[in-house]
Amino acid sequence: MPEELYDIETTIPSNPIEEFLRMDRMPHIWCPGCGIGTTVNCFVRALQTSGLDLDKVAVVSGIGCTGRVAGYMNLDSFHTTHGRAIPFATGLKLANPGLKVVVYSGDGDLTAIGGNHFIHAARRNMDLTVILINNMIYGMTGGQAAPTTPVGATASTTPHGNFEETFNLPFLAESCGAVYVARWTAHHVRHLTKSIKEALAKKGFSFVEILAPCPTLYSRRNKLGDGLDQMEFYRDNSEIKNGADTKSVTLDFQGKITVGKFVDKERPTYIEAMNQHYQKKFGDRYVPSDEIRKLSHAQE
Amino acid sequence: MHADPIGVLTGAHFIDGDHACSEGAIAAGCRFVAGYPITPSTEVVERIAERFPFVGGVFIQMEDEIASSIAIQGAVWGGKKAMTVTSGPGFSLMMEHIGLAAMTETPCVFVDVQRAGPSTGLPTMPAQGDMMQARWGSHGDYQIIAIVPNSPQECFDLTVHAFNLSERYRVPVMMMMDECVGHMIERVVIPSADKIEVHNRKVYDGPKESYRAFETGRDLIPSMVKAGDGYRIHVTGLTHDEKGYPDMSVSAQGKLVQRLMDKIRIHADDIVMYKEEDVEGADVVVVSFGITSRTAIPAIEQARAKGLKVGHLRLVVVWPFPEKRIRELAGKVKSIVVPELNMGQIVYEVERCAAGKCNVVSVPHAGGTVHQPKDILAAIEKSLRGT
Ligand code: SF4
Repeated sequence: MPEELYDIETTIPSNPIEEFLRMDRMPHIWCPGCGIGTTVNCFVRALQTSGLDLDKVAVVSGIGCTGRVAGYMNLDSFHTTHGRAIPFATGLKLANPGLKVVVYSGDGDLTAIGGNHFIHAARRNMDLTVILINNMIYGMTGGQAAPTTPVGATASTTPHGNFEETFNLPFLAESCGAVYVARWTAHHVRHLTKSIKEALAKKGFSFVEILAPCPTLYSRRNKLGDGLDQMEFYRDNSEIKNGADTKSVTLDFQGKITVGKFVDKERPTYIEAMNQHYQKKFGDRYVPSDEIRKLSHAQE
Repeated sequence: MHADPIGVLTGAHFIDGDHACSEGAIAAGCRFVAGYPITPSTEVVERIAERFPFVGGVFIQMEDEIASSIAIQGAVWGGKKAMTVTSGPGFSLMMEHIGLAAMTETPCVFVDVQRAGPSTGLPTMPAQGDMMQARWGSHGDYQIIAIVPNSPQECFDLTVHAFNLSERYRVPVMMMMDECVGHMIERVVIPSADKIEVHNRKVYDGPKESYRAFETGRDLIPSMVKAGDGYRIHVTGLTHDEKGYPDMSVSAQGKLVQRLMDKIRIHADDIVMYKEEDVEGADVVVVSFGITSRTAIPAIEQARAKGLKVGHLRLVVVWPFPEKRIRELAGKVKSIVVPELNMGQIVYEVERCAAGKCNVVSVPHAGGTVHQPKDILAAIEKSLRGT
């Protein structure tokens, strides 16, 4: 087993991530072998070392299996409507910019019904960290095809196989203006944790795509074995290419998976751009909200 | 509480209803607006965009009405008072989030400057066709408050009131304007800040351990906190318990939905608002709202000149509906006439409350312009035939 997996201490009495979870809501609803829980573990470990004040971290989810993440996090957490986590998070961030606002949702939620919000938040460089779990399927509703279902894969609404082109999400995010773009799988726990930590530290629209197994609906229907088989597949078929051209990272049905940090750049966030613009234009006549004023003082 | 003077343009103005609505929102303490352009409501957000940099507000033009109607809810949980503004087609897109606001008890204001529908209809012309949609448009059972102004002055006054009601009852409040009232230019007097009453949501500041986000006292209205205060709240559109946690049981559903209904019903007497004129001793009462209340006036005057005893009841708050008062009147008058710029919506409520005790006559109009007073007059006369 690679050394990178030996991070978890085994002698401590309770799981150190418990304080980050609403333990009174356990057990969770996810299936055995589902990859979502692993990603939550990485998220918590990223939070633990992020230095963030947890009272100032909010998680916003949409609807779906991943949409349930918000409900399990012992943080200010919002479980919104299908596809609309990003605009809710946008309002929350603009009202209370001292918060670190994390959007945690699935591929169908964020890129099909919520696709319009995704591209516009990236364009605006809205200060959000978007963690997208890509299991290539709609899980909660029973395994229907998503914009991420690869050509050739079978879903309940593509019983004869999918022939629709898929989204290459890192490319989409980069083209729309995201300042941080990374992709990992649920197998890459160390890299993923580091990446989420970097995304949390980043100002602006940061995006982490995580491939995660859905053994119940995706793997079973496509005869790919159980969750463990899918993790082994990730291990054997992923290629780490930091800085890869996002155009080249399209996912094929059971093909090679390019993972890594693809984009890490700077540009003014929406709030910074707004502030600078109004300050330049109106000088002292500009009255920012109390929260925005406090934040920009703190940053000076 | 009184209004923050920074946002209040005290004095007499000559402005349209849309702009008066913007000023009402600012005076009420609204500091977050998300919107998407649509005729005939756009002037509301245009004025907000103009004014907000000087009053500590954030305006954002979102990518669509769906986004606008939930961005405001994020802002409310971030501690702001917030509103979105639209017209028919956009209002249709916002329906899911009216349900979300009702379910999560997120106080916010939706302004709908009504135009003629269905679909794209007559984008620049008036109607009152969204009245039932305001009440029932989102799926499931819930209650909202809907207010209908009939002048630019009321667009100011009642927008302040809409925010106050939404904060008090933690419910989405609809400002149901129409193209005429929105674009009509009249004198609007904005009082000094200390004369403008402003209400804020009940805030919980007790110990964190014992906070239950949706627990209520006898008023059935929970106290609110905002994200970042350390309470680690959970808010969901799923059926939830008093802690805010999802609870997929029939009993939790029954309890929650009942309370969402009751919290408005038990306060209905405080919320209901209507204006009456010469209703005592009348044979006919015209029940109207919004712009139609103004086109009804010449008809009522002409009927009186003909010797008929006609009263006028103008609905200011349409939802909750003034059931008690309409029931009472139905027992006293011979008929009730209901002109509205739709094919007959509020008339159903009037008929329900009248319960056969008097004639109820609808004066429908598909919208695009206002009623001809002569049509309302004819309905008044017809309503007395055979009584
Ligand atoms: S259906 Fe799939 S995605 Fe949903 S919990 Fe089960 S395994 Fe996970």
